Parts: sequence; C-alpha cells; structure tokens
Amino acid sequence: MRGRSVGGTAPGALVDTVVVLVALAWLLPTLGLLVSSLRPAPDVAGSGWWTIFANPFDLTRWTLENYRHVLGQQGMGRAFFNSFLITVPATLLPILLASLAAFAFAWLDFPGRQVLFLAVVAFLVVPLQMTFVPILRIYSQSGLAGTLAGLWLAHTGYGLPFAIYLMRNFFASLPEEVFESAYIDGASPLSAFFRLALPMSTPALASLAIFQFLWVWNDLLVALIYLGGGAQTAPLTLKLSSLVGSFGQEWHVLTAAAFVSMVVPVAVFFALQRYFVRGILAGAVKG
Amino acid sequence: MQRGRAWAWGFTGPALLLVGFYLAYPTLGTVYLSFFDRRSQHFVGFHNYVDLFTSSAMRTAFRNNLLWLLVFTAATVGLGLVLAVLADRVRYEAVAKSVIFLPMAISFVGAGVIWKFIYAYRPATSAQIGLANQLLMLFGREPVGWLIERPWINNLALIAVGVWIWTGFAMVVLSAAYKGIPRELLEAARVDGAGEWQVFWKVSLPLLQSTVAVVATTMVINVLKVFDIVYVMTNGNFDTEVMANRMYKEMFQFRHFGRASAIAVILFLAIVPVMLANIRRFRQQEAER
Repeated sequence: MRGRSVGGTAPGALVDTVVVLVALAWLLPTLGLLVSSLRPAPDVAGSGWWTIFANPFDLTRWTLENYRHVLGQQGMGRAFFNSFLITVPATLLPILLASLAAFAFAWLDFPGRQVLFLAVVAFLVVPLQMTFVPILRIYSQSGLAGTLAGLWLAHTGYGLPFAIYLMRNFFASLPEEVFESAYIDGASPLSAFFRLALPMSTPALASLAIFQFLWVWNDLLVALIYLGGGAQTAPLTLKLSSLVGSFGQEWHVLTAAAFVSMVVPVAVFFALQRYFVRGILAGAVKG
Repeated sequence: MQRGRAWAWGFTGPALLLVGFYLAYPTLGTVYLSFFDRRSQHFVGFHNYVDLFTSSAMRTAFRNNLLWLLVFTAATVGLGLVLAVLADRVRYEAVAKSVIFLPMAISFVGAGVIWKFIYAYRPATSAQIGLANQLLMLFGREPVGWLIERPWINNLALIAVGVWIWTGFAMVVLSAAYKGIPRELLEAARVDGAGEWQVFWKVSLPLLQSTVAVVATTMVINVLKVFDIVYVMTNGNFDTEVMANRMYKEMFQFRHFGRASAIAVILFLAIVPVMLANIRRFRQQEAER
C-alpha cells in the first residue's frame, strides 16, 4: 500500500506521537499474549507478563511447555489439522464456482442477468443467523449434520455472494477486445474462461482466496452450528472456545492455545497483505 | 451472443443453486417458522415477537446492540479516519498500518482470549496479571472487574475489542480514498491560507464522504451480527447480551425454534434499510462505469 503522500506541513512531533502511540496500543495485546504463552504456568498466574522484561535474558523464565501441553493433551494438534481439512476445500470450492458465475455475469448475455446478479449481491447482508434453522432441519434429515462435507458446502454457499461480487467487478474491468477476438476465433465461453479470464485474474483470485481462507479459518459460528459441540472434527476456533469455557483462569493454557490458532492466519496475513488489502478495496463488504 | 444463454446457465447454475439453498430458501423459511411454536408445529401468529419484545433479556439485547451501533461505528470510523490522515504523514506508514490492521487476521475467539487476559481482575492486594488493571493501579486507582461491572463498563469493554479488530479495516479503506484526493486541491487550500483543520473539514472530509458511508455501512452490518466476541467473553452474562447471542441460546439451549427464528427476522429487518442503500449505491456505481 504505497501511495504518494498528500500531507503538508503538520506539526510533525504531534503526528508522530499519535501514530506511534496508537500502533503500540494495537500491538500490545498480541505481544502480551505471545509473551505469556512462553512463560511457566506459575509465573503467568503470579505476575504480569510485562514483568519479564525486567530480566528478559533469564532463560529459566521462558518455556515451551505450554505449547507441548495444548498440542498434545488438549487436542489442539488435532484441531489444527481439522482447521486445514475444513478450510482448504471451503476456500477452493467457492472460488471456482464464484469465478464461473461471475464470468457469466460479466461477459455472457442471458435473460435476467442484472436481476440475478443484484439478488446475489443483496445476500451479502443477510445475517447468517437467518438461515440456520431451516438448513439444520434438512441437514439432520439428510445426515449432513456434523459432517465435513456439510460444512464445506455451507461455507461455499455463504461465501458466494461476496466472491461473485468481487470477481464480477474484476472480470468486467478486463478489455472487451480480448474476449471478442477469442469468440471470432471460435473459442467457447468455457475456454475463454479457463484460457483468458482466469490467467488474467491472478490478483483478484489471490485476494479472494486470502479473504475466504481467513474467513473460514477464523469462523466460529458456522462450525459451531453445523458441526455441533465437541466433535472429533472441531476446528481450532471451536476447540479454543471450549478451552475458554473449561480453563477460564488458566492463562498458560489459553494463551498458548490462542497463539496456535493465530499462527496460520497471521502468517498468511503478513505474507499476502498486499493482496488482502486490494480485495478489501475492491469489495469493502463481507456478509 | 446468442449461444451465451445455454452456457450462462451452466456457468451460473451451481452458484445459484447453492445461494438458493443456503441463503434464499432459508431466509424465507425462517420468516415462516417465526410464526410457529417452539417445535414448529402450531401456528402462533405474532406470539413469538410479542414474547421477545416483552422479555427483559431481549430488551437488554436491543439496548446493547444499539450501544454497539453508536459507539462501535463512531469509534471505528472516526479513529480509522484520523489514522488514515495521520499515517499518511509519517515515514513508517506501512509498518504502522500493518500493525493496526493485524487484528483483522485474528479470529474473534482468539481476540476474545487476548482481551479476557487484558481484563483479568485481581484484588488490589495481589499482583495484577491483566494489563488494564495494572494501568489503573499505576494511576493510583482500584482494579475494576471489567467484564462484570454492569451495565456500561462491561459493554464498553466488549466494544473496545470490536474496535481493536475493525479499526484497521476502516483505516485501510479510508486511507486509499484519501490518497486518491488530488494533491493540488489540498495545496490550493493551504496556499489560500487554510489551516490543517480547515483543509480537513472543508476539503478532505467532503471528498471522503461516500467512502465514509461505505465504511460505516460495513460497520453497521457487523454490529447487527456481533456474536463471537460476546459468546466467548461473557456469553451475554452481566447484562452484556446481544441479539445474535440470544438467538443462539434460544435455538440450542432453550430449543425454541420459533423464537430463535423471530430474532433472526428482527435482525434481518434491521438490516434491510442498509441493504437497500447498498443496492442503490451499487446501481449508481454501475451507471457511472
């Protein structure tokens, strides 16, 4: 996100102070979590995490024990694996289906195109709560309740409005001549989609993938509803929230567990931040 | 493009089917079920709605959602705007923005743990482990039970978590719009003798108006659906209930599908005006393209 500065001659010191203070305030919570997760249990319970900085090089005050504990005994390792199992298909499936639909909305002519597209976009703002009761009935009758497939499909359905909106806007911005000349050469819409549109859309696909990945990885509500409480299939968020319930005051467990759940999204965020921002700027609203 | 038609249904079909199944059909279904009893067997008219509007738990939830709406929206948009303008003037802009944007990558559940820890309460006589109370004690004040002190302190404490998560989003969007303002416009105002305040209020802000509206819309939608933070941190105890959490309870604890559906419908109705504004804005954008 580098743009030219529009700033002028402001009192520099004041601006610096405000920006630095806010940035520090925003960073401190996460830093405190990380530091705490690396301290022995009695220390975490007995003194504030900031006290460690009085003597930061005393290695007896640092430990990886909390991580060993949550990954092994508390089943966070299993949940970590589950999160991947849930997130990867629930990211790829909506991207594929949304791109196909978005391509049609942008470049194919069919009756009801505008109306259908607007209807899909309107679902961006439907609260998901609005959908749970009827879907759960069908799920429990058809045996989809508590299954991964059921969760994948649900995340796909819920993710589609935003994904279609984002991809359609991107496809529509591609130059018209490309597709026209392809059709004159006898290409079918399908080959125009796979050979022209998709390869030209890497930035949009990347931002969409990051969005959907973070959304699914960080989701609690949808998993809670469709997987139920304490299943073998529980993802990190579900596991973490049940640990909060049962280990309410045992901060060495909770901080390590929370950090385990954050590692992947934070890494994805830092590696691909630029695309993520681009996606936000293109779409701005997620359902 | 006549042959487009057959292809078009092949392209859009799978997506439309899923949107239909997961969003369109259940939205209608929920409206229908909201007029039935707890097991969806007997028609009860508006009974569920009357129940909800007269229950004290729901009144608390309405009040809190309103509080979220006002405080959360004002704080995220206001702070996002200030940061967008200020960060533009420092050399370490990219770093500062990344740091503020970072919580967007963290789940609400993770954020819930982080902040429960910050709000941890110990009596004044023992060492504090929560940052918030440690700061209070630095200033010679008594520690506060942040998540228990009702009704304002604990609700505001929860809202602060939401602000921590979403301010980065507001900042990024507003910052992009701010950088899109032609520099000459601001310079011209300065040359004419306008101070920085005046430049901001009279030139920048009017030009940012539509972006501010977009960001505020997003925040309003977020507020109405706020669930995870409350679910993890207080589960609605101590008068911190919100509508979405209430609905979850009606559905899974009390097994009252009628009332749960009615809450969803109320949430939906509250969002309809926002949705209409969204569609109108979208149409305008399309017209301008």
